[in-house]
Amino acid sequence: MIVRLATPLRSYTATRGVVDAEGATLADLLHDLDRQFPGLRFRIIDEQDRIRPHVKLFVNQDQVHTLAAPLATGDEIHVVCALSGG
Amino acid sequence: MNDAAAAGPVALLIGTKKGAFVLRGDARRARWELSDPILLGHIVHHIVYDARDGGTVLMAARTGHLGPTVLRSVDGCRTWEEAARPPAFAKAAAGDAEPGRVVEHVFWLAPGHAREAGVWYAGTSPQGLFRSEDDGRTWQGVRGFNDHPMRAAWCGGGQDGTPDGPKMHSILVDPRDPRHLYIGMSGGGVFESVDRGGEWQPLNQGCAMDFAPGPAPEFGHDPHCVALHPLRPDRLYQQNHCGIYRMERPEGRWVRIGDNMPRDVGDIGFPIVVHPRDPDVAWVVPMDGTDVWPRTSPGGRPAVYVTRDAGATWRRQDAGLPAEKAWFTVLRQAMAADHHAPVGLYFGTTAGEIWASDDEGEHWRCLVRHLPQIYAVEVAEALR
Repeated sequence: MIVRLATPLRSYTATRGVVDAEGATLADLLHDLDRQFPGLRFRIIDEQDRIRPHVKLFVNQDQVHTLAAPLATGDEIHVVCALSGG
Repeated sequence: MNDAAAAGPVALLIGTKKGAFVLRGDARRARWELSDPILLGHIVHHIVYDARDGGTVLMAARTGHLGPTVLRSVDGCRTWEEAARPPAFAKAAAGDAEPGRVVEHVFWLAPGHAREAGVWYAGTSPQGLFRSEDDGRTWQGVRGFNDHPMRAAWCGGGQDGTPDGPKMHSILVDPRDPRHLYIGMSGGGVFESVDRGGEWQPLNQGCAMDFAPGPAPEFGHDPHCVALHPLRPDRLYQQNHCGIYRMERPEGRWVRIGDNMPRDVGDIGFPIVVHPRDPDVAWVVPMDGTDVWPRTSPGGRPAVYVTRDAGATWRRQDAGLPAEKAWFTVLRQAMAADHHAPVGLYFGTTAGEIWASDDEGEHWRCLVRHLPQIYAVEVAEALR
């Protein structure tokens, strides 16, 4: 699956904004991302497995609020960083 | 503990709201050169040099979007490696009465005891204590504090912390005994452990708590900064939300030495710094703690105050500082001393200026202007 990463995360991906990752759920996919790019997951998911306040995750066009969200072949995941003040 | 004066170059490690900087000075502390920004745009609450190994620097960082982490440099802040396991609270188990806590930011970093190479401590917001035994690469919670049955009572709720989050700070290790630790919490108070963090006792007797009615309780206070003298570890100084204090151990009572400050200046501030070789000498930067608590230089006239008799008397040191219309704040990590003779003093302001004195506060000059809001200034005297 294609994962599109916001600019604050590209220090983990050697500046790549689009990467590939796999998983049957969003949780699985995030673990695969962290396997490939160590440290990335904790910057967007906290220690209670909650999405951090100024991070939004979309599966295709739909914002998801739980890591249990199922994924299907061909889905496109967007990791968006927004609204963090001055 | 080595009490010899240093004579080499001095570097300042500067943490700001928008990244870190290194300001390198020569041995005379006359010429200074500012680095390019490090992690521009990252919120750097603390950047600390490890004098034990002469090289490691740890930095606490997060961004407006991304969660908190710790980074490590062993090449003079040129390259950085992120912790493989940053400080994080334990995941709550299903059915836990209390929701799982989340580290919002790492606020304070402190090298461990001189005999415990590679050990560091981190204090977080909300208040949590973490320890690394591998030079900052991985961090574990100090369960004796983080899981203590009184922890929630000590730390209070959302209304008991500072507006930008309750904080653990001033993690002090007794140079005689690595098991003997002090911590400060805003809010919560000063606490002590004699078993490396396994058990904790409040240490707030004698300290005022003007923001609560009735007699001062055992905990819930707001220490802004606590310092232990390295050559006389039984002497502690504290700049509190409610005054300046000194404590002599093993007695456990704070004495308000801020009562000896000029009444029109008061004894409210954030940092307190001790002389590296003279336990009777300490410096503070008073701020306006009247009415709505502007927390700016009183009257717009910034000054450092020094005591040379353990708080019996204080003297104003403002030569070179703005004489008027300067409304900055010096935060609790943003003042430091070097080990030269005479001692060099440094502070950073919320207005992005670094001020320095090479004669123990008698004269000041501005080294750098126009930085982002400065959160922390630490001295590194053998930075590669």
